[in-house]
Amino acid sequence: MNETRHPQLQLFWSFFRIGLFTFGGGYAMIPLIQREVIDRTGWIRREEFLDLLTLAQSVPGPIAVNTSVFVGYKLHGFRGAVAALCGTVLPSFAIILLIALFFAGFRQNPVVDAAFKGMRPAVVALIIGPVISLARGMHWSMFVIIIATALAIWGLGWSPIYILAAAAIAGITWELSIAPKAEKRKKGPNA
Amino acid sequence: MILLWQLFVSYLKIGFFGFGGGYAMLSLIQNEVVVQHAWMTNAEFADIVAISQITPGPIAINSATYVGYTVGLQTGHTWCGLLGSAIATLAVCAPSLTLMILVARFFMKLKGNRLVEGAMRGMRPVVIGMIAAAALLLIFPHTHAPGEDNFIDSWSWILFGGVLIGSWRKVNPILLIVLSALAGIGIYYFPTLI
Repeated sequence: MNETRHPQLQLFWSFFRIGLFTFGGGYAMIPLIQREVIDRTGWIRREEFLDLLTLAQSVPGPIAVNTSVFVGYKLHGFRGAVAALCGTVLPSFAIILLIALFFAGFRQNPVVDAAFKGMRPAVVALIIGPVISLARGMHWSMFVIIIATALAIWGLGWSPIYILAAAAIAGITWELSIAPKAEKRKKGPNA
Repeated sequence: MILLWQLFVSYLKIGFFGFGGGYAMLSLIQNEVVVQHAWMTNAEFADIVAISQITPGPIAINSATYVGYTVGLQTGHTWCGLLGSAIATLAVCAPSLTLMILVARFFMKLKGNRLVEGAMRGMRPVVIGMIAAAALLLIFPHTHAPGEDNFIDSWSWILFGGVLIGSWRKVNPILLIVLSALAGIGIYYFPTLI
């Protein structure tokens, strides 16, 4: 890998491009990150990238942010991580700030108001979409948990944080105590 | 000052518990920003999600910047808004930065770790439930402020159904948002002119 004088700057620009051209966030960013860090620069090997994605998803936070921090850190340590993170975040930060600066006046505009009245139900539909596709093919007991979680947060006003923590603890307990016994009885993946 | 501190803590929590990325974080953001602190209404929250869809970048970052600005503005000047947006954006990224560097150092140890795998498996259905809760709260809010409902008439439900079918058929979400904005202008703006 050829070293330029400002490797951090190069990292920053790469992730700036990724941040600027990915709409919809999250998974939409993956092909772009792939092109930038594997094909164009060769920073990460293809086999490594899949592992990286799995890791980025097991750590909290936006996937794009996690990926950029990892790549930056691997190449140039803490400074690299910060440079890559700034590159990813800066485009959305600047664009939203511009919108926020002018949006207060915007929202009173009758045309913009009408447009938002149309977009609000559309947003809800876009949020429900992944619920259906993610839940498909799961064991029925998982549906009980999904519905119970939704009702507890929406109906009872429970904090999602406590439910997440409880689920993580339950998952670990299951993995350590019940899963080994279940595996002995029948070989194969569990739901 | 207290408001900016609360903002920092809220987004730190969102960043730290934001498992599953994007949509899963919506429920956390909604819980902190709409339910707990009432920094914005349910409709404003839907608006910022809509804006996030049609602008680049992760939803968590977009919402942090926007909410930070509006909350900062409540404490004073435009500069406070800028400060608020910087604080919230930093706070939401800080856990990612810290945890991901730790993971990068101990890469091989975490991969295939049973504790991590168990936790992920346990959280998976909960994350889906959280996304569903965010949608439910957008449709049926706990409080009704005048002009701040997301579903106002039967047109809302028609648009909802259309976009649901569209997203199921894998139509580009940006296109769906733009089309529904145009539909909104056609339905709600032009009839008032005639």
